Amino acid sequence: MTESSTAARRPTVPDWGWGRWLWRTLTSMRTAVILLTLLAVAAVPGSVLPQRNVASDPVAVVRYEAEHPRLSPWLDRLGLFEVYSSPWFAATYMLLLLSMTGCVIPRCARLWRESRAMPGAGPRRLDRMDSYRKVGLDAPRGVVLARAAAVLRGRGYRISASEGEIAAEKGYARELGNLAFHLSLLVLLFGMAGSKLLGYEGRVALVEGETFTNVSSSYDALTPSALMDVEDLKPFSVTLRRLETAFAPTGLKVGEPRKFDAQVNYTAAGTEGTASIRPNEPLEVDGTKLFLSGHGYAPKVTVRDGAGEVVFSDAVIFLPSDGALTSDGVIKAPSATPGQLGFEGILLPTAPSVGGSQSQFPALWSPRLDLVAYAGDLGMNTGAPQSVFTLEKGDLRSIGQESLRIGETMQLPDGAGSITFDGVARFANFQVARDPGKEVALIAALLLLIGLTASLTIGRRRQWVRVTDASDGGVTVELAGRSLTRRTLPEGEADELLGLITALAPERSTRSRSLT
Amino acid sequence: MNAASLSDTLVAAAIAAYAAAFIVSAAGLALGRVVAGTGALAEVRTRAAGGPLAVGELGATVSTAVADPTDGATRDRGRLTAVAVALLAFGCALNIAGVISRGVAAERAPWGNMYEFGLVGAASIVVAFLVARRRFAIDRLNVGVAGLALVVLGLAVTVLYVPVDALIPVLDSYWLAIHVAAAIVAGGAFTIAAIASVALLFRRWRERRRGDVADPSGMTAVLERASYGLVVFAFPIWTFAVIAGAVWAEAAWGRYWGWDPKETWAFITWVLYAAYLHAQATAGWRGGRAAWFGVLGYTAFLFNFVGVNIWIPGLHSYAGV
Repeated sequence: MTESSTAARRPTVPDWGWGRWLWRTLTSMRTAVILLTLLAVAAVPGSVLPQRNVASDPVAVVRYEAEHPRLSPWLDRLGLFEVYSSPWFAATYMLLLLSMTGCVIPRCARLWRESRAMPGAGPRRLDRMDSYRKVGLDAPRGVVLARAAAVLRGRGYRISASEGEIAAEKGYARELGNLAFHLSLLVLLFGMAGSKLLGYEGRVALVEGETFTNVSSSYDALTPSALMDVEDLKPFSVTLRRLETAFAPTGLKVGEPRKFDAQVNYTAAGTEGTASIRPNEPLEVDGTKLFLSGHGYAPKVTVRDGAGEVVFSDAVIFLPSDGALTSDGVIKAPSATPGQLGFEGILLPTAPSVGGSQSQFPALWSPRLDLVAYAGDLGMNTGAPQSVFTLEKGDLRSIGQESLRIGETMQLPDGAGSITFDGVARFANFQVARDPGKEVALIAALLLLIGLTASLTIGRRRQWVRVTDASDGGVTVELAGRSLTRRTLPEGEADELLGLITALAPERSTRSRSLT
Repeated sequence: MNAASLSDTLVAAAIAAYAAAFIVSAAGLALGRVVAGTGALAEVRTRAAGGPLAVGELGATVSTAVADPTDGATRDRGRLTAVAVALLAFGCALNIAGVISRGVAAERAPWGNMYEFGLVGAASIVVAFLVARRRFAIDRLNVGVAGLALVVLGLAVTVLYVPVDALIPVLDSYWLAIHVAAAIVAGGAFTIAAIASVALLFRRWRERRRGDVADPSGMTAVLERASYGLVVFAFPIWTFAVIAGAVWAEAAWGRYWGWDPKETWAFITWVLYAAYLHAQATAGWRGGRAAWFGVLGYTAFLFNFVGVNIWIPGLHSYAGV
């Protein structure tokens, strides 16, 4: 699908009337242009409307549905929240690929035939070609022809010699590249399908000191593919030893992240080791990759109940809500007596010296934990799954609030118990991905790039060298070139070729001029 | 003077040079109109129509405008064009020096935020023009090129300016240098191709409206060859930029393609330029209709560089607007 000069010839298809018309139309260049435009237009809504399974914001669609309750069901029915896996998007690119394949396969066959056939003889009048040189020589005709054949062959031309003429052609790699480019798109789609059908993506948050074991129940979220067995994940485990962070301390971009470094130990089938996972530097364990995708703080607290028993003591993941890592979360102590205890907390890693509810800086410069305590029934016995980030406050009553610094304890009223702020750990979010199709996709992409570059930069062209006897005993050498594409002939090639061909004998007509 | 403030000074000087180039090339364009108005165009038109050299009323002006190559307006115009191109080249040298000193100051590839994209983008546009004009006779586009470089640099220093700073960790990768550099080089060539396409469409529209002979001076054909040649040059580089971006995304986010808005618009740009190249090979579409696809492709490219960063949230939104 590049040059009109070559595309003009159509493959011969048996005469099936409408079928033939349809096939011709589908595989025509014009249809390709229209389908490409359609594909571009079809891709637009997915960048404007929120999409499911697009990494940047997992809850974007839910939020949009809440904001547009009447419009959303219709958009959903049209597949506009999943544009890139919608039937109409798939139909567009499948039709395009079909059109392309239908155009390219016959061209493959033709290139194969042409590469085996000999370049055709030149027209009677060579001086009408794109380039034309004529010179007289004192040499036998056979010698000049043999020399021309050697020169052209040395330049990578395929040649065919006939009585008094050499026809040569070069640049088959252009069409070869063109075909490779188009066919590699099919391979690319194959690789992407492999990724979709056999790979998976998951997310897991680990507090410093915690260990992740690669089984489906360990994930906070797991998006398996159609053909994947979730019970058959590669066995390995990863322990987050320490997460180092750094932020711009001053300047216009104060608080902007400058460094993340998750130091981990890992064990996999027969191997173990330590590694550093940073942005752009994932850890690969047995074909599965772990990426550092987020971070935050997990305050460590100890909750004692009315009887003085420790009913909860752990680090609790709080979710960051702004750039300075003001984070919120809840703590639940269902086994507390006499009543269950719950806490809503806001962690300010760098609290203002007095009051305030927002952190001033993302690093742990002066952490403060603001707590609201609740007593009553946490509602965890109903059997319905509960979020670890919210309290069901229907059967809870607020019993007090306090701001704690590290080491401080909040005493709850009426002997209900206490909560101590022990310290702050960090947590890291890891994106876990396995993608068996990506090597195929990469090879396809490289083939695509090479093919495309060849098809756009190589000029396919013909040269003819015709040697005729001159009346005065010498010979007349004519050299003509013609480009078979839109590219013009390489500058200076004609003179170079002529120079090489005529270098064996003195020139007759232009003795004074040096041609080399 | 440290490297950062040196960069700012060089950029200010580049703006001044581009402004001078714009004024001079605009004057050249105006003078060109005077030449055309006094008969050069009329002469060409009559000759193209197969008639003999015009005589009679227009005869006097025609013969002075064309037969005498030392005619004042024509000569001045050529001189103005040469001066404008020289000013553009000078501004470009200052611009590039500004980019380099910015890189020295930041100790990284100087294309990590929108301000720096503006600096490198302007340089890339002018370099693409200076290279393309050696191959195609498109000197007359210098007014558009100087104006655009002026607007891009002007917006960069007034709206987008940020002081030199380090990168956020996810951008801190050698892929930034490769992926963004390829996108910017392709962008420079796409820009000149788009200017040529727009000029081509304008000329065709004007010819149709006035009922003129098609392309009397051959300029439309030159514009078409130039825009096609530039797209042929830039398209594989753009393809490489997209592939390099996918490789980087695989290392940074765990997937090579996720339909993030930036990725989506890179795809749309690619598909529209593919449509342009196919339109060039479609009988009857070469010229005007194909040029529209070039303009569409460039619109998508521009939207990806500007609109996606500003209006659409996504993984690429950290570009520092």
